[in-house]
Amino acid sequence: MVRMTGAKAFVESLKRQNVEVIFGIPGGATIPIYDVLYDTDDIRHILMRHEQCAAHAADGYARASGRVGVCMATSGPGATNLVTGIANAYMDSSPIVAFTGQVPRPFIGKDAFQETDIVGITTPITKYNFQVPEVSEIPRIIKKAFYIATTGRPGPVLVDLPKDTQIETDEIEFDDDIEIRGYRPNYEPHPIQIGRAADLLANAEKPVIIAGGGIIASGASSELVALAELLQAPVSTTLMGKGCIPENHPLSLGLLGMHGTIASNIIVSEADVLLAVGMRFSDRTTGNIEKFCPDAKIIHIDIDTAEIGKNIQPHVPIVADAKRALNALYEQLVQKFRKKERTAWMRRIEELKQQHEEMGNKSGLSPPRLMKELRKMLPEDAIITTEVGQNQMWAALYLKAYKPRAFISSGGLGTMGFGFPASLGAKVACPDVPVVDIAGDGSFLMTEQDLASSVAEKIPVIVIILDNRFLGMVAQWQRLFYDRRYSSIDLGKTPDFVKLAEAFGAQGIYVGSLSEFRKAVQTALKSDVTTVIDVPISSEENVFPMVPPGGEITKIIKE
Amino acid sequence: MAEKKESYIISTIVEHKPGVLYQVSNMFRRRGFNIETITVGESEQAGLARMTITINGDEKTVEQVVKQLNKLLDVVKVSILDPEVTVTRELALIRINTPNAAVRSDVINYTEIFKGRVVDVAHDSLLVEMTGDSDKITAFIELMRTFGVKEIARTGITALPRGMRSTKLE
Repeated sequence: MVRMTGAKAFVESLKRQNVEVIFGIPGGATIPIYDVLYDTDDIRHILMRHEQCAAHAADGYARASGRVGVCMATSGPGATNLVTGIANAYMDSSPIVAFTGQVPRPFIGKDAFQETDIVGITTPITKYNFQVPEVSEIPRIIKKAFYIATTGRPGPVLVDLPKDTQIETDEIEFDDDIEIRGYRPNYEPHPIQIGRAADLLANAEKPVIIAGGGIIASGASSELVALAELLQAPVSTTLMGKGCIPENHPLSLGLLGMHGTIASNIIVSEADVLLAVGMRFSDRTTGNIEKFCPDAKIIHIDIDTAEIGKNIQPHVPIVADAKRALNALYEQLVQKFRKKERTAWMRRIEELKQQHEEMGNKSGLSPPRLMKELRKMLPEDAIITTEVGQNQMWAALYLKAYKPRAFISSGGLGTMGFGFPASLGAKVACPDVPVVDIAGDGSFLMTEQDLASSVAEKIPVIVIILDNRFLGMVAQWQRLFYDRRYSSIDLGKTPDFVKLAEAFGAQGIYVGSLSEFRKAVQTALKSDVTTVIDVPISSEENVFPMVPPGGEITKIIKE
Repeated sequence: MAEKKESYIISTIVEHKPGVLYQVSNMFRRRGFNIETITVGESEQAGLARMTITINGDEKTVEQVVKQLNKLLDVVKVSILDPEVTVTRELALIRINTPNAAVRSDVINYTEIFKGRVVDVAHDSLLVEMTGDSDKITAFIELMRTFGVKEIARTGITALPRGMRSTKLE
């Protein structure tokens, strides 16, 4: 036991969790903590310009590194500004821990200045949350917060710290064990279920794997590729799973769903046995769920029991960690699986993949072409983040990812403005690789103020704005499904992004041709300051392939 | 396509601390599940409360409810109780208009038949305490409507399985 203030116990607890970086903004209710951070050398505080960006940056840091991302905000508006970022992390199962200041305990419930019920607000969008009741509880609560965020299905945890618990002094014990009676994640797959799944896969004519974000969370990429190669089973990925198999692998089909590749949507639909791992059959992935793979026997592996049977009833449910389950399947199948002749099927897959490649071979500043050109210039381990909308789907479809954690996008919540702050978090986690945010002009304008933190904190990233002066994805839907009635999607005269970047002390480059684009990217890759590349594209451009909302995933609009 | 809806009784053991009822009820609201009744009170173990929830739904819904409840960290155990082997009880307090002696005597008679108790007497009303399964309480209330029911307070169902079937935390 040591006597110290709550703020000191807080910082000491973070050190014990090996926290190296906090993304945050101080305020009245967190000053005692910031006073301790002032003397702390082993934790870097990155001063953001909006709390939403602090949460997204922590999320980007977590996704790029696999470690917990930490963000901090003051009470009231600071806390509520975190909400979008926390909801985003929750939907995409990203392990972040958010700390908020709170008014002193005697003021709670009195509508004091900058008081907000952040615990109540974030209950449905966190895996768990705490309000510190006593100074002495701080170490245990922080231990629990990190444990909950990273175990089982990862997710965000919020800890609310009333200001007086930061100031008061008490006897502090750091080495207490923690126990959470209602929380026992199951990692080991049930051997009987593994046996049933292995039998199905061994006898399948057309086995197909759908790999989701769970593969990346559990670090199961090599197990996935090994099993796919053993079975000669093609692998389709959800948006969250992109990169879990190198997309230049012969068995990789690419993205599945509303903006799935032709190969992915068709081959998945033809499967007789579907192995779905670490994914949740979201509406964007399955299209019309009644008509999704009606003939397939479905094996569903997920660590979250509640995902089994939520959207689709599998024939073989397996509640387990993806890595362990895939290993167990491999062990069984390597014994019983006899290689089958699948030349014709493989040739068909190759042909369908070729169709997709051709769709991207357009001239001029067409987004698919830009994505392909960019890929050629980036190292394999470069990290891509995206905003949300057309830019995101062009990146998902035409910018191949070769490694897990190299493609970071807001999947579940679909948060415009996510990509740029997430790129800052990713760059902090991986300072030695280039980090590129594929943006739209609409999205970038939602969080562009953090160009300031990117410059001041020396976090150089590259932002490529596919600038169509439209809210492009809404415009695409209005064009295709609402008779071109362009309601409120015209952004009009958007800012001069070159001047905007320069105003923040960043570098801005406008490109008017493919060769200028290549040159700009080369310049940006060598720059030690953030570079914003403004690429004007046609407002009328659509993202294809596309499946109309609620449609069957085989009914693909190709152009 | 619509599956058969039935009543289910879900018995849960939860951490006995502030905010847990909010977590549970908020989960029901946000996932679009309907709570028919919910009762909370201390359980046999210190620090744990028993929450008994009745819902009306098809099998698939109930399965999801159970999984989503289990997913909440402050929910320690969830069991679905089989109505065939479960004792369920509800308590109701019912204030009935008794404008004259004849009505008062009728109400007292019915209360005795239903094995209830008169717990408060005013010059123009009686307060009756009624315990039993929900159907019995509903039947009594319906009967009393002919006299005029002034106020009703029902607790909702609480339940435990019969015999050796335990919902206790191992």
